[in-house]
Amino acid sequence: MPKDSGIGASPKRREDVRFLTGTGNYTDDINLNGQAYVHFLRSDVAHGRLVSVDTSDAAAMPGVVRIFTGADFEGVGGLPCGWQVTDRFGEVMQEPAHPVLAQGKVRHVGDPIAAVVADTPEQARDAAEAIAVEMEELPAVINMKEAVKDGATKVHDDLTSNLCYDWGFVEENREAVDKAIQDAAHVTTLELVNNRLVANPMEPRVAVGDFNRATGESTLYTTSQNPHVIRLLMGAFVLGIPEHKLRVVAPDVGGGFGSKIFHYAEEAFCTFAAKALNRAVKWTSSRSEAFMSDAHGRDHVTKIELALDADNNFTALRTETYANMGAYLSTFAPSVPTWLHGTLMAGNYKTPLIYVNVKAVFTNTVAVDAYRGAGRPEATYQLERVIDKAARELGVDPIALRRQNFITEFPYATPVAVEYDTGDYVATMDKLEEIADLSGFAARRAASEAKGKLRGLGVNCYIEACGIAPSNLVGQLGARAGLYESATVRVNATGGIVVMTGSHSHGQGHETSFPQVIADMIGIPEDMVEIEHGDTANTPMGMGTYGSRSLAVGGSAMVRATEKIIAKAKKIAAHILEASDADIELKDGQFTVAGTDKSLAWGDVTLAAYVPHNYPLEDIEPGLEETAFYDPANFTYPSGAYACEVEVDPDTGKVTIESFAAADDFGNIVNPMIVDGQVHGGIGQGIGQALLEGCVYDEDGQLLSASFMDYAMPRADDLPFYKVDHSCQTPCTHNPLGVKGCGEAGAIGTPPAVVNAVVDALQSAGKDVTHIDMPLSPARVWAAMNG
Amino acid sequence: MYEFEFEKPSTIADAVKALGEEDAQALGGGQTLIPTLKQRLAMPSTLVSLSGIAEMRGVCPDGDAIAIGGATTHAEVEAATADSYPALSALAGQIGDPAVRNRGTIGGSLANNDPSACYPAAALASGATIVTNAREIAADDYFQGLFTTALDEGEIITNVRMPVPQAAHYEKFVQPASRFALVGVFVARFADGVRVAVTGASEEGVFRWSEAEAALAGNFDPAAIDGLSVDAEGMIGDLHGTKAYRAHLVGVITKRAVAAAA
Amino acid sequence: MVKVTMTVNGRTASGEVEGRTLLSGFLREELGLTGTHVGCDTSQCGACVVHVDGKAVKSCTMLAAEADGAEIATIEGQAAPDGTLNVIQQAFQDHHGLQCGFCTPGMVMSAAALLKDNPKPSEQEIREYLEGNLCRCTGYHNIVKAIMAASGQDVSAVAAE
Repeated sequence: MPKDSGIGASPKRREDVRFLTGTGNYTDDINLNGQAYVHFLRSDVAHGRLVSVDTSDAAAMPGVVRIFTGADFEGVGGLPCGWQVTDRFGEVMQEPAHPVLAQGKVRHVGDPIAAVVADTPEQARDAAEAIAVEMEELPAVINMKEAVKDGATKVHDDLTSNLCYDWGFVEENREAVDKAIQDAAHVTTLELVNNRLVANPMEPRVAVGDFNRATGESTLYTTSQNPHVIRLLMGAFVLGIPEHKLRVVAPDVGGGFGSKIFHYAEEAFCTFAAKALNRAVKWTSSRSEAFMSDAHGRDHVTKIELALDADNNFTALRTETYANMGAYLSTFAPSVPTWLHGTLMAGNYKTPLIYVNVKAVFTNTVAVDAYRGAGRPEATYQLERVIDKAARELGVDPIALRRQNFITEFPYATPVAVEYDTGDYVATMDKLEEIADLSGFAARRAASEAKGKLRGLGVNCYIEACGIAPSNLVGQLGARAGLYESATVRVNATGGIVVMTGSHSHGQGHETSFPQVIADMIGIPEDMVEIEHGDTANTPMGMGTYGSRSLAVGGSAMVRATEKIIAKAKKIAAHILEASDADIELKDGQFTVAGTDKSLAWGDVTLAAYVPHNYPLEDIEPGLEETAFYDPANFTYPSGAYACEVEVDPDTGKVTIESFAAADDFGNIVNPMIVDGQVHGGIGQGIGQALLEGCVYDEDGQLLSASFMDYAMPRADDLPFYKVDHSCQTPCTHNPLGVKGCGEAGAIGTPPAVVNAVVDALQSAGKDVTHIDMPLSPARVWAAMNG
Repeated sequence: MYEFEFEKPSTIADAVKALGEEDAQALGGGQTLIPTLKQRLAMPSTLVSLSGIAEMRGVCPDGDAIAIGGATTHAEVEAATADSYPALSALAGQIGDPAVRNRGTIGGSLANNDPSACYPAAALASGATIVTNAREIAADDYFQGLFTTALDEGEIITNVRMPVPQAAHYEKFVQPASRFALVGVFVARFADGVRVAVTGASEEGVFRWSEAEAALAGNFDPAAIDGLSVDAEGMIGDLHGTKAYRAHLVGVITKRAVAAAA
Repeated sequence: MVKVTMTVNGRTASGEVEGRTLLSGFLREELGLTGTHVGCDTSQCGACVVHVDGKAVKSCTMLAAEADGAEIATIEGQAAPDGTLNVIQQAFQDHHGLQCGFCTPGMVMSAAALLKDNPKPSEQEIREYLEGNLCRCTGYHNIVKAIMAASGQDVSAVAAE
């Protein structure tokens, strides 16, 4: 029976009421008295030397408050990178400066050259058009393999080359892997592109900077997934504002998918300008501006080789990847193709030897950073594609080949430095075969063929690593941040609870699911618990929401803080009930003395905490408020198996998704409804990557897919209903909730299933097609079919 | 957007007068023009809305044709021609999305002549007459290349007269992002012949595929298209499809249109 | 400047606007009705959908001056005065048809327009009708399901329960 409250129940989301009635409070809904508006003059060339930027005419235009250029930011810090990767020779990565406004050079279309602050947005834009920019255009560096050749034009003149780093993992395995591949009975090789994507949360980015001269406090309202991280990065590294004079607020945020993790120039600008002008400054991105200023995702070019022995056991895996960094290092960019990618290359399989090489490259394109899945989709895609190709080369069933090579014993230490605590890949595959009705595929294929369509089935597995931690380990790996999470649980006198969390909800439903956990622990109704998040002024320092970490890390912090609350409340109850703490039990909101009928209600104890008349003041302080910081011992490892069936129109190449099924193991589940929704969304984005989305630059560095007119977003009629199941549950062993995280799974597990299915469909018609690069647009599929 | 004045006349005469002002521009439903203005790709001094001119709205029979007011929205055309010209109704129902169809107008679409728009295919294949405040223009003379028409500065499409074919169908293969036509083919069979108009494919905008028309005149069957092809040179090539792909699609989509119409 | 008067959610609203003022801007900036969202500039995402004289319209692609004299309905006017959600809003909550909430106002307004014309749409009709409404969070699954449920159809058989 489904539960109706607490962990495992699916209460309706409380945040929905404001979103459904138009009363949410998104950043663009915030308007401060007297605010001015900024418009950024952005480069329309990919690479050029700024000879002069003449703002004199523009400055005289109506409504202009002030025009800022790169010169105004000399002496101000640049945008910092939060992760330093060490290459395979032991050298640290090349790390270029990233000025708030371009200094000396522009390095991608969209690089901000000047910022016009005016009384109205249109006045700011009018004036921006009147700025005279003299530019010496330089050759654009676009193709990564060309970019790292000797003599290539350099994106950053002060670096030795366009190579950010050449990373090897695990470097000590390199020779053994080479030898295993040389000696293998069979080697399958695949070269592929993981297409560049634009996250495109429906809410474009917005920043409103404010300054209070009386207190000297700066405030930034921003569309962020992690306001504390922005406060730290911007305050400490860019503007030199200490945290106690800087408040960052991320109110309702309309989706992030990674793209709102990073600290962006526009945030720093608005904060800086508000102080300089003593006036609030607002920036609202248009969608067109978002395409050239939000960090992009993916963009890997990979060669992968899988070696098998004569019995089809995987013996070694070797990959070489070129990872696009774009023109600058976005906040966590270096970590994505390395620690979030190389560590996942074992997948669900007991391949004993793995070597991953990644060359990160600077190009004259927008910075590339984490996008839903971040590194893990790239790892999964290449691995699951090469396994599929191997199965076809060997003439074996792709599912059987996977099953044969599954890891079945846990904990399992992979050859790429991580240890999977739990999992059951056989169970998720069994579940998938059931919910996707794979035994009925042949009949469905025949039905499709009868109407002139090719039908294909694609199956794959995935493993993901969520809740990156522990902090001391990630520090060794180059992270310049800790990766704990925090929670303060404040119990009020009449028993209601406010939880202040460092996690941030921008669609995940924390306001509903987090109270389920606390209510369950105490035994009170969920509506007695409220969640506050998104404002550095009233939440403890936290790292925010990304990487499917909120429940596993933030939820664990909440549990730890609540445990402290319960322990203290038991002491209070013990005092009032004249019993020993050890004998006090808490159940259904009642404290009882074990083995007696003596009891106290939750509210009696909380009231006593704040009206401490009959209270052990000599032992404990009044009040009932506790904070915990939780730093996980390990990653969590969700996993699953996905199946996609497609139809291909052989005349046009158009692919339609006929069915999609996902069997996931997320460990324990707090709110099944929300988990379903997270998986649905991930699958939608995964199908988008596989069939529709592609961010394309031409050789001059012009962005061809610069709006929704050319960047194909998945629409309702591109997608089917999905079958999702998360009944296979192997709880995480090292966090108190036994949860693993579910936010990115769909985006990780989906693309290979779709591509495997299309290749299967084409091969069923005798086409010699072994691979097509995403997105599998009709034009690309048709071209592949017609050689 | 740059600043502009706004006028909303209630008669064609007043609209023509308003459009006589320097850099004045007509505003139909605005579904293309307003996004263009947002990108600051146009700088009109005045926008003259045609939405308040009652005589330019609505659909009525006109002998063997139907007459559609230039300011009639796609949604209105879809509803009003469902019985009288189902192929046109279906085409109107595939333009943009429901909200766009509630604003966008036939006159606006034809005046803009986007190379991937749907209406130009219908007008050309139907042998429509574009009626303006000043004259009548045969569709064959009206479309003159990308975003180019026979309209003079300030000239307004007041009405579009569409002869109704004996059989017709519009088949649209969409560009995945914009949902405009990657290739759209309107096939119309009349007593005296077949007209085939192709949109989305050519660098010159909508065109009549005369070889297909000739083949279909003798045999209105998809098989008649077998062996025919358009030259890939002159087709649009972009990130959504090469020239060769579009040329191939013209054949496939024409056959499908014929099959559906026959 | 153009003087405009319109009825918004049953109340008369007037203002002076520039020619270039969009209806979305008038609603958000002048009337403070920030439930109508702007998510793109190419008239595709549909977060800005409102009803103008009963018809779904992208308010970011209509001049405020064009709405002079019109009846406008926005997301803020959909629930009952006592806050009770209407049947579509309630179905979206019941079936988790929203996550971040940004596309939601447009989705609800489009769904309302659909159900007015087509009280029992099929799954396919719903998907096609939503061509002009983008959602990045839900993969559309629960949106389609919610609209089916709002139209009184049994959605218990829809996958993923």
